[in-house]
Parts: sequence; structure tokens; C-alpha cells
Amino acid sequence: MLRFALTRILMSVPTLLIVSISVFGLIRLIPGDPASLMLGDLATPASIADLQARLGLDQSVPVQFGIWFGNLLKGDLGQSINSQQAVLPLILQRFWISAQIVLVAVALASLVAVPAGVLAAWKQDTSLDLSLVAVATLLLSIPTFWLGLLLLLFFGLKLEWLPVVGYVSIAENPIAGILYLIMPIMTLFLHEIGVILRMARASTLEVLRLDYITHARAKGLTESAVLWNHAFKNAFGPTWTLIGLVLGNLLGGIAVVETVFTIPGLGRLLVDSIFARDYPVIQGCMLFVAFTYVLVNLVIDLCYPIFDPRVTAQ
Amino acid sequence: MRLPAPNALVGGTLIGFLGIVAAVSSVWTPYDPLRLSFRAKLAAPSATHWLGTDEFGRDVLSRLMAGAATSVWISLLTVALAVSLGTVIGLFSGYVRGWVDRTIMAFNDALLAFPGILLALGLLAVVGANKYGIILALGIAYAPSVARIVRGTVLSLREREFISASRVMGNSEGFTMARHILPNCIAPLTVLATSMFGWVLLAESSLSFLGLGVPPPAPTWGNMLAGSRPYIGQAVWLGIFPGLCISLTLLGINLLGDALRDKLDPRMRGAR
Amino acid sequence: MTSSKPLLEVDGLTLRIGASGRTVVNNVSFSVSPGEIVGIVGESGSGKTLAARAVMGFIPPAVRLISGSIRFDGEEVTTMAPKRLRAIRGAKVGMVFQEPMTSLNPSMLIGRQLEEGLALHRKLDANGRRELILDMLRRVGIRDPEGAFNAYPHQYSGGMRQRIMLASVMLLKPALLLADEPTTALDAVVQRDVMELMVDLTKENGTAVLLISHDLGMVARYCSRIVVMCQGDVVEQGRSEDILARPQHPYTRKLLAAMPHREPARTLPEAATPLVSVDDLVVDYGGRQGFFRKEQGKRALHGISLNVKPGEVVSVVGGSGSGKTTLGHAIAGLIKPSGGEIRFNGKPLDKSDAAWWDYRLNCQMVFQDPYSSLDPRMTIGELVGEPLRLVKGMGAADRKARLQEVLSEVGLGDGFAERYPHELSGGQRQRVAIARAIIRRPSFVIADEPVSALDVTVRAQVLELFAELQRKHGFSCLFISHDLGVVEQVSDRVVVMQDGRIVEEGTRDQIFDAPQHDYTRKLLSAVPGLESTEDGGVRLFWRLAEPETA
Repeated sequence: MLRFALTRILMSVPTLLIVSISVFGLIRLIPGDPASLMLGDLATPASIADLQARLGLDQSVPVQFGIWFGNLLKGDLGQSINSQQAVLPLILQRFWISAQIVLVAVALASLVAVPAGVLAAWKQDTSLDLSLVAVATLLLSIPTFWLGLLLLLFFGLKLEWLPVVGYVSIAENPIAGILYLIMPIMTLFLHEIGVILRMARASTLEVLRLDYITHARAKGLTESAVLWNHAFKNAFGPTWTLIGLVLGNLLGGIAVVETVFTIPGLGRLLVDSIFARDYPVIQGCMLFVAFTYVLVNLVIDLCYPIFDPRVTAQ
Repeated sequence: MRLPAPNALVGGTLIGFLGIVAAVSSVWTPYDPLRLSFRAKLAAPSATHWLGTDEFGRDVLSRLMAGAATSVWISLLTVALAVSLGTVIGLFSGYVRGWVDRTIMAFNDALLAFPGILLALGLLAVVGANKYGIILALGIAYAPSVARIVRGTVLSLREREFISASRVMGNSEGFTMARHILPNCIAPLTVLATSMFGWVLLAESSLSFLGLGVPPPAPTWGNMLAGSRPYIGQAVWLGIFPGLCISLTLLGINLLGDALRDKLDPRMRGAR
Repeated sequence: MTSSKPLLEVDGLTLRIGASGRTVVNNVSFSVSPGEIVGIVGESGSGKTLAARAVMGFIPPAVRLISGSIRFDGEEVTTMAPKRLRAIRGAKVGMVFQEPMTSLNPSMLIGRQLEEGLALHRKLDANGRRELILDMLRRVGIRDPEGAFNAYPHQYSGGMRQRIMLASVMLLKPALLLADEPTTALDAVVQRDVMELMVDLTKENGTAVLLISHDLGMVARYCSRIVVMCQGDVVEQGRSEDILARPQHPYTRKLLAAMPHREPARTLPEAATPLVSVDDLVVDYGGRQGFFRKEQGKRALHGISLNVKPGEVVSVVGGSGSGKTTLGHAIAGLIKPSGGEIRFNGKPLDKSDAAWWDYRLNCQMVFQDPYSSLDPRMTIGELVGEPLRLVKGMGAADRKARLQEVLSEVGLGDGFAERYPHELSGGQRQRVAIARAIIRRPSFVIADEPVSALDVTVRAQVLELFAELQRKHGFSCLFISHDLGVVEQVSDRVVVMQDGRIVEEGTRDQIFDAPQHDYTRKLLSAVPGLESTEDGGVRLFWRLAEPETA
């Protein structure tokens, strides 16, 4: 077990390294001098020369990467061109806003979709199964930005139950904060139900065909005991992995939902920076999200032996 | 011949309809999708404008049709780029194996560590937001998943006895690759390309919605939705129809993808 | 035993697949008395598994019960309320499955799995259950029962898992045990140990057994009565001795005739040099330099030497992990050996020279799995004709003629050339594989378990075809197999392998009649021999007077 954990943790080190190289390389692909790019239009020749020296631009590319990577390890992702703020605190502040939406939505969606998927598999080919799969496929097919727009139209403009757009920090005003978050969370929640339900159903079906399920029935266990004690735990592994992927994908693609509801999250920060050609922030956002994604998947994998002890065996 | 599965039927109909609309729009649309008409600003759906007009008085139906063509073209080209790039990398990696394979796959997996459209967003920052920028960015962003699947298929095919049989016969590695391995990659690639068409269409719409896609005034479903936001209170139809188009297309792709997987993936066939 | 009231009575059972209306079990009747061992024998598609599973109410959702009754201990099972059925399952009727890798829950501790049934059907506290379980685990031969209690199934080998499975079922001392091919997935030697354990355990507890198997020899050895099924019908049933000695139904006769049998030894012409000779062959697996640590390689073959004379059939036998398949692949040139030499017609082979190409054209291979050895996207004609591509100076007309000739030789004449592998049965596919191997008229054929994936009667036909082709074309053959019966039928000479080494080598009669090495003796004692009798039946005999103990 310890060995499995250590191997898995070590395995993510090269990934993180290559991710860093890719992001470093991406900005270097842009024609022009990196220092002037990093400083934007307001740069003076003196500040450019200063940054050129700090980035080591007169030295070889590997040395440049070394300097850059050293700064990265110290948490120094540079400075925003627009706001002159340090990039990392800026990202962390926005990340918190996006993370609460994503985490709550995925947790709720899993709570609903996993049991529903198991149920659909158990009742395979009945009308219950077919309607659950149909609903899931439908939800899956509606893009989040349109789903958000529809919710906004219905609950915000027609019924006027919820505030339409904007964001209030929960820390400042808990009630308003929650009200503003309901629709974005609901949007992602509905969409991810489709994704998770289908996965839970497919992996449960796979497990239900195996002999140990018949063996469990042959012991005289009730159907619900067979389903929850034997099928569920074994079928949950693939779904668990999927939940990790979903978390990361939502973080990567949350910009559209934040745009619909005008929420100042991480996704919006990235998109605004792309418009503004604020390269230090673009670079920082990409690194931050990719690192978070790798770490989330690491945690997911480390928990995997709970559902399938066989993975520790090699 | 048995009747095709219901999901194949519905999915095929939806996608077939999309294809026809996209084709028709290149020769004929009810109005010029770019023509402004301030007299008919924000007109509700009626006999003259079936799906209404937008804030510049442009005909929504014409714009939707033109948008379909744009989306279909961008998606097709992107999928073609991603699939050819990924197939070349995956085949090569699975063919050479050893440390070259491990290095390529380490880079490949690291690219997969950029979730969702993040990598595409980063690439767009470099190549610029326009039609070809999108195709390039999305094509590169989706190629790693193709490479991974192709390599996996190659490696699993290599374990099959007919590959050993080909080697015992005296066939060269290259011939074995071309005659026995590549043709057997086509089925999984078809399934993947189908789903990928959906992912790319969604990604393209998302980027357009964010304002990073095809620049206006050229219509795409995504930028039509984005443009509708300020007027959504007074002109609901502007927010409804483009979204409906995207959803129906994705539904069609998802259904078609499921049907294809059921048909081509023998493992899932057993589960039915 | 036979006089008492039957424990299980199946009467006129008919099962049909819902949608297609195909009858899969047709009017089947049989009975099992308390403490009796009854075997159901049949090939794939005979309906034997369905019929047996129906006893406990396990009918797949697609299958419908059309008519018939199943009475267990006087109670009707087909109309039983689910609650009553659950009370019988496990407590009165137990079940053992074929695949030890999937019949235990991989994510639940073995102790917990064994406890489940006890907790359900017996009034015992946790300590009492634990004691019973530990006793039973010890009884089935688990060395460290305490450890096994808190271990997961994947920590045990297939044979051990099957023992744990038996323990799980026999804990509740059921009146009837349904055993569905319980040892088919195991190695021959382990197979016998597990069978004996099952018979002993059930005898101790007075449990009756319904044994489902494709292996007539095994069933005849352990069962007092046999039910023979073919395509959903019971064609014959009766006492084992009667069925073996005086089979009535033609299908039973066919099954018996399909059992491997020994033919008189052949005398081969003396040859100066062996066709193929292998000298001190060593193969290592793995051992790559990892990113963080160096992985230790595993030596699969420890210096193997053997000769194959022209026209000779040499068999390599051994259990799984003996290295026999590795040996075949190394000789075929599919694996690069780490040491040793292979000579063909006396010339040492080196991948760069002409001798190697001569060998490549002359050495062909038939693989084990007919579902994986044929490229699914090619027609039979393309598949069989492909090797001719590399024959120099052969015109298109000659190739076509040769293709026709070979296809008809393997009995796939008209119209088969246009078909695809998935349209063919397993036996037909293996014929295609044989045709592909011999189309270049090779002088040496390596056959890696060529019939182990086939049904009994099909296996007999394919073996017959293979022997016929071998006589006709006179190629030498290296025949790799785990199945002693098959080896006895086809070989001139036999090589016995264990753990990557040759432990014994000799003519077929020497190996089968006077085995020297312990491992050979153990292998032989695990499988009964068969002798044909004059009235179309067979007689079962033990190969070694005293069965070796495990």
C-alpha cells in the first residue's frame, strides 16, 4: 500500500515537470521579445532591460527555464500587466470562487447520479432504465452556457426568484452569497448528472455480469444486499476516476458558466487575460489549473484501493 | 438486415438533417445572414421571419443556417486534424515501443493534464482567435487523446495472435503494421471521431460564446448566444434557438456514438 | 442410495430465449438422490449450464421458463416465493463456478465473504462464525487460515481461490452442491487435487453433487450417474459404467469416440541430422531499467535442448508457467533468446543471413486461440493465401490453384474463401489457421495448444485432420499442449517441462508407460486413461496403480 502510494506520487512528478515545460514553451512560441510581452504596452526600455536580465534572456533556453522554474517553485508567477498585482494571489482569490461552485455541483451530482445509475443498471432494459438513460443523455447534450441561460430566463427573469447576475462573497453576506451561487451550481449539477449517471450505469452493468454476483445471490442474500454490498463497491471505481476528471474539466471550462452569470472566477480571469494579452496571468492560470488537475487525480488514485484492492498488488 | 437501433435512427436523423441544412445554407438562405435591417430590429418570430430577427434586424433562421455550415466545417476540419495528428503519433509510439514510446507518451499524458478546453485557450492566446486559430488550437488540444487511444489499440493488437502469425509468416514489421494493425484501428477510431465531433462542436461554440471564436459579424451558434444576452429579457427567441440547435446536434452525436460503440465494441455488445 | 426419495427432481424442463424463440433446454428430466454425485455432460450449446442454474432459480433475464417442474426436497422451485428461494440458496443448495478469478468479490475480505452466508442462515455470534470459518479454511488446505481471513482474493492463486470457494459453499453443509466446470480453468495437477477435495468434503457432509462438465473422463471418474446433453436435449442417462461400456445414443458414441486414444507407435526412417535442433536455449523476460528502480528479470527457459527429426511429432507438455509456450515462441523466432542456438538442417540460424530466411519460409505456426489468430478484417481466402506473397517465382495462377488445393485439403472447399472469420465456427477457424500454416508446404510446424479452445468432438476432428496432413506432407511438428490425452494421441516423442526446464524426455510409450520423473508421474496420475472396447464403448483405467499424493 505504501509502495503503491509512493510510486503513484513519484509518477506525477515528471507530468508536472512536462506541464511546466509546455506552459513555458507556449509563451516562447509567440513571436517577439518575451520581456516586452510580459510587460505590455506600458513598458519603458529600462523596465524591459531589467526584466530581460531577471528572466535571463541573454542566456540559453534551458537556463531561462531554470530561472523561471525556480521562481515557480518559490510561488512567484510574475506580475499582471493590467493590475500590476502578483499573479499567484490574484489566481488564488479567483480560484476560491470557482472551486466552491465546482465542488458543490459535482458533490451533489454524484450523490444523485451514482445511485440513479446503479438503479438503472439493476433494472436494465425496463422503462425506468430507459427513461433514466434518456434523461441523462439529454442533460449531457445541453451545453452549460445554454442551460445557464435557460435557468436565468426562467428563475431569474420570469419567476424572479433568484438574483440574475453577479456575485457576493459568502463571507460578507452569507444569504445573498448563496442565492447568487444557486443557479451556477444548478447548471453544472444538471449537466454532470448526465455524465456521471451514464458511467455509473455502464460500470455497474459490467460488474453485474460477473460470477461473484451470482455467487452472492447463491448464498441467499437479498437483491438489495447483493447490489449494495457486492456490486456497488466494485462498480464505483471507474465512476470515482471519472469524478476526478469531471472536477478538472469543469475547472478548465468554467469560464462559460462564469460568463453567463457574470461571476469573477478563475475562468473569467483567464479569458479576460487572453483578451488583454496579459501573458503572465495566462501562464499562471494554465499552470495553476493543470497542477490542480494533476493533484486532484493523484488524490483520486490514492483513494482507489478502497474500491479495488487489486491495484496495490503489482 | 435488421432495423437499426432506435438511438442510431434518431441520432442519424438529427445529424443527417444538420448536414443537409449546412449544405443548403451554402447556396441558399431565406435572407442574407449578414444584412442589417434596422426597421426589423428584434422582431418576434412571424411569417416573414420564422425565427425572428436580432438586435441588428438580421434574420435568425438564416444566421442559424449559416452558423450550422461554419460549425460543421470547423468541427470536421478539427477532427480531421486531431485524428491524423494523433494517429501518426499513436502508431509511431506503439510501433517503436521502448524508451521512445515512453517519452512520447509522457509528453502526451502531460498535455492531457490540461483539462477541458484549457489547452485550446492557451493555444488561442498564441495563435489568435479566428477560424483557423480555432481549428489549429482545438486540433492540437484533442490530438493527445487520439494518440493515446491509437497507441493503446496498437499495443493490444500486438498481443493478438494474428500479429504473431504475420511475423511467423515472414512479413516485415512495416507490412504487418500497414496490413494488419492499421486496418484494425479503424473501428475504434470511427467511434472516437464521432464523439470528438461532438466535443469539438461544443468547444467551438463555447469559445465563440466567450468571444474567442469566429469573430462577428460572421454567425456561429456560440456567438449568437453570446450576442443574445443583453436582449434576453425582451427577445427570448434569440437565446432559445441557437442553444436548441447546439443541443440537438450534440444529442444526435451522443446517440449516434452510443449506437456505434454498441455495434463496434464487442465487449459492450456482451453487456446488452 | 438410489432407493431413497430423490433430493432433486427435474421434470420436463423447457427453457426458451424470449425474443428469438429458440429452445435452449428441451424437455429435460433428471434426478439427484441424497449424497449422490450426478454428472451432466455436454459440449458448448448443450444447455447443461442453463439447466443446472435453473435449479436455483438463476435463469438469465432473456430466457423464459416454458414448462416443466423442478422439485427440491419435495418443494417446487419454479413457483417458489423469492423469500423461500433465498432461504434455500446457500443453506440447502450451494454453487461453485468455473472461473476462480471472478467468482469471489475482489474488494471484500475473504473472511467477510465467508461470513455472509453463515450470518444469514445460522444463529451464531461473530466468534462462533470465525471459529467455523477458520476450521473450514484449514480443512480445504489453506496454510494460514488466520491470514486468509483478512486477505483479499487476488492474493491467492486460481487453485487456492477455488478451495476458498469450496470452503465458502461447504460451510453451510448444503444438501446439494451445483458445480459448474469447477476445475476447467485450473492446471491438470491442481484440477485433480481440487476435485478430490470436493468429493471428500461432500462425502463427509452427505452433500449430493450435480457436476456439470464437458469432460466425459472426469465425470465418469467421479460420478455414479451421467446425464448426456446435446443441443438442449437429454440424449441419454444412466449409470456411469453403463454409459461408458454400452453407449446407446449415437451422440454418446460420438463423444466417446472423440476421447483421445493411443495409436500404435510409428517407426520413422533414421535420419542423419535432425531437422531442427535446439541447443541450450535461454530466454529471459522483463528486467528493464525502470525510471526509479531496476526491475529484476525473470528467466523463463533455463537452457533447453531438444531435437526434432524429419517427419517426427514431438510434444512438449507441462502446466501453466512451465515455459512450454515460451519455448514454442522462441523456436518460431517470435522471442529473442538470451542465449543458446537453433539449427535448421544442421545450419545455425542468424537473423541476418539466407539460412534464417529459408527457416522462416519452412517453419510455420498454428496458434491456440482461433478467435485471435485470424485478422478479423480479412477474408478466408486472403488469410490463407497471405503467406504465398513471400514465395519467390510463384505466379498468380499457381497461387490461386494452391489456395484452392489447401482449402479443400482442410475441408473448407466451396465458398469459404469469400467469407470472414466471424462467420465461421471455432473448429472451422482452426482449419483456416492450419491451412495458412501449411500453404507454403513447410517442413516444420509448431502447434501451440491448437485444440485446447475447441469442443470435444470438434477437437477430435481437427486432430484427425492434422494427423492426416502430417502423414500426407510429412512435415515435422512441435506440438505444445497441457492435455495429456491429446499428447498421447499425436506424439512420437514427448518432452515434459516444469519451471522452464525439461524434466523428462522419451518416446511416447516410455513416458506414458514407464514415467521416471516425479512430476511426470504426478501429471499422469491426474488424468484417467481410456481404452476402447469392442462394442463401441470405452473403459476407464488409472495410469499409475497408486495415485501420487499431492
